[in-house]
Amino acid sequence: MADTKTKPVQPKQGLLLDIRNLRIEATVYPPGGEAPKTITLVHDVSLTLEKGKVLGLIGESGAGKSTIGLSSMGYGRGGVRITGGEVIFNGRDILKGGKEGFRKLRGREVCYVAQSAAAAFNPAHRLMDQVVEATLLHGTATRAEAEKRAVALFKKLSLPNPETIGERFPHQVSGGQLQRVMTAMALCSEPDLIVFDEPTTALDVTTQIDVLAAIKDAIRDTHVAALYITHDLAVVAQVSDEIMVLRHGRLVEWGGTRQIIKEPRQEYTNALVSVHEIEHQEQKPSATPFLSVKNVTAAYGGGHVKVLKNVSVDIYPGQTLAVVGESGSGKSTLARAITGLLPPEQGSVVFDGRTLGNRLSDRPKEDLRQLQMIYQMADVAMNPRQTVGTIIGRPLEFYFGMNGRERDRRVTELLDEIEMGKGFIDRYPAELSGGQKQRVCIARSLAAKPKLIICDEVTSALDPLVANGILKLLLNLQQVEKVAYLFITHDLATVKSIADSIAVMYRGEVVRYGLKSKVLAPPFDAYTDLLLSSVPQMEIGWLEKAIRGRRMASAGN
Amino acid sequence: MLDIKRMPIPALIGIVLTALFVLAAFFAPWIAPHGNGEIVGDVWEPMSATHWLGTDNLGRDLLSRMIYGARITLFIAVLATALSFSLGAILGFSAAVFGGWYDTLLSRLVDLLMSIPTLIMGLVVLSVLPTNLVTLILVMGVLDSTRVYRLSRAVAVDINIMDYVEAAKLRGEGEGWIIFREILPNALSPLISELGLRFIYAVLFLSTLSFLGLGVQPPDADWGGMVKENKDGIVFGIAAALIPAAAIALLAISVNLVADWVLNRTTSLKGGRG
Repeated sequence: MADTKTKPVQPKQGLLLDIRNLRIEATVYPPGGEAPKTITLVHDVSLTLEKGKVLGLIGESGAGKSTIGLSSMGYGRGGVRITGGEVIFNGRDILKGGKEGFRKLRGREVCYVAQSAAAAFNPAHRLMDQVVEATLLHGTATRAEAEKRAVALFKKLSLPNPETIGERFPHQVSGGQLQRVMTAMALCSEPDLIVFDEPTTALDVTTQIDVLAAIKDAIRDTHVAALYITHDLAVVAQVSDEIMVLRHGRLVEWGGTRQIIKEPRQEYTNALVSVHEIEHQEQKPSATPFLSVKNVTAAYGGGHVKVLKNVSVDIYPGQTLAVVGESGSGKSTLARAITGLLPPEQGSVVFDGRTLGNRLSDRPKEDLRQLQMIYQMADVAMNPRQTVGTIIGRPLEFYFGMNGRERDRRVTELLDEIEMGKGFIDRYPAELSGGQKQRVCIARSLAAKPKLIICDEVTSALDPLVANGILKLLLNLQQVEKVAYLFITHDLATVKSIADSIAVMYRGEVVRYGLKSKVLAPPFDAYTDLLLSSVPQMEIGWLEKAIRGRRMASAGN
Repeated sequence: MLDIKRMPIPALIGIVLTALFVLAAFFAPWIAPHGNGEIVGDVWEPMSATHWLGTDNLGRDLLSRMIYGARITLFIAVLATALSFSLGAILGFSAAVFGGWYDTLLSRLVDLLMSIPTLIMGLVVLSVLPTNLVTLILVMGVLDSTRVYRLSRAVAVDINIMDYVEAAKLRGEGEGWIIFREILPNALSPLISELGLRFIYAVLFLSTLSFLGLGVQPPDADWGGMVKENKDGIVFGIAAALIPAAAIALLAISVNLVADWVLNRTTSLKGGRG
């Protein structure tokens, strides 16, 4: 493998980063002229990192993991201040260095890889210019040297056409490739530390595994140290030597990777480790499905881009059909075709023995009531200007003509069903947490007493523990209300815990369809196998095994 | 809900000043020491105990004319702005929601109207139509609504693709609910900030028209007209023309202070409860 460095690399030893009693605060300005308040985001957290080692920072959103990660380069995002403690990097306290010190540090000794590479690259400049920019600014190499180094890094990160990919603009490469280019950018100035901030969270599982492997190889070969921030314990277990679990800005547990995932000492860590395990007994389909999608073909752009090709699935009363696939496989489009948002070109949707109108406007109110939808992003699925009471109450008014006290009573009942209290009735969506928002969306769809609820990636934007709670809630509600779900997701772990039958979609076609036990049992077709083997497992060495499995497959075994 | 102590000082100043202007306009006949067209002294008398702001180019009491002028200025500007906003916002929102040929037709029509400079358009139309308050308000309102249309359409197009609007459509809601209950509350912030600006533009447009002789007809005068009447005095060092000009500036600032405050409150997604 090509080495990026001109000098021979020795594995480094000794302490690189020593954060002592770090305290980070932010001032919040409540609207309406109240006095500004100071809140503490990170409470006296200490950590050390040796040269060439990888420390995983893990926790839910709001745990302070990104904030701590960024403090290693003395940066506070959006008005966040480091108010206490020391950040000793390469033997000096960088917080005392002032602006000039930060400028010398950032992009030279510490580099950063952001979550969304697509948002982090400047769309107006070619990739190469952005990759070598920091190196040139710090004057550590000439342009020719830096570009040579970048090309070597592209090669190491297994990017296609490493010689010429730098000529492209960010929109000309895929999301997974862009994330790897960003890693190359961070490595280009030969830093001592890289902060990876959820580098694979926005990617599909099948892409994630490649990027993960590339990052891991690059870290190993360049002996750079890294802080790896993620909320996915299975991912962090693959790349890090040590793991630090954080919650509400406090340290929960810190230990070797093996100890954290095998023998967690804290209850919270244990909850994180065992999070995906929901037992769900598969139900056999009843005699007749109540909703059948028959040979549906749908396209965007006036028929030019076919996104659904001859898709047929059945949904049985009170059961869950999970639709799995990576982004672009057409699973959300299937939901749009069923709801009538995207009229199919061919084929039909049969509901209770009659064909549903193709367009939304052709369907009577009663049909609309029977099919409800829950969205991935709960915060944009609710009108921010309406209270929870209005949001849940509107379907009651609209479909059942409920008003006044009767409506309020039913809203309260629904709030109880989603395990939220009456006190939420006057809240606005901005006053709810992510999990609560999704619960309100569930209540809104339940209010219509539908036969089918389409769940479009409803747990993807949530932290694992919260997502788990939502899944349990959905399963309970299914038993009580006898509602069926069409569950769209890219997360196979979710599928295992909720589905009765599964449809695997790839490029607009259903490639595998049947009962859960059948779909998830060998022999697999190539795509399902790839999908299944790409789901990170919480075991050390899984990544290497999975990659080896792929190489063998591509070698024809 | 409204706590005066918690109100920011600029907003308080804005509210007090705006209220003063409105009160003066409303109670003009009772407050003004002299009649609107009454000649009470010499031409361009300086400020004195009898004439607090002096007299104008015909020897009328300037304070009285300022008070009556406030009445006309505010009346026309408020009605014209109200017209332009209701017309522009409703058409803009509906264009965004309905789309298709309705949107195309309206938008091109608006483009057509906007391609002709407002002042020239106003001059042409007003010189043909009989000059009275109703036509003045209509012309000003319709011409200004093109700007509001563009803004509200642009805002509504963005809101119309949000998931919560899609959810409402899936529920089967009619266009009325979508426009007034889903889009309008979320489009209010940009519209209010525009409202403060547009109101002042209406005052200035009215002044321009009056200055050119097509706005308010003598002996009545809005503030812009009074600047015109007294402009010759500036050469002789007489400040009479500057007083209505200053009043326009003060009104502009105070109305926008209020608009900013309302904007701050409506931007809150937590119902202003903090």
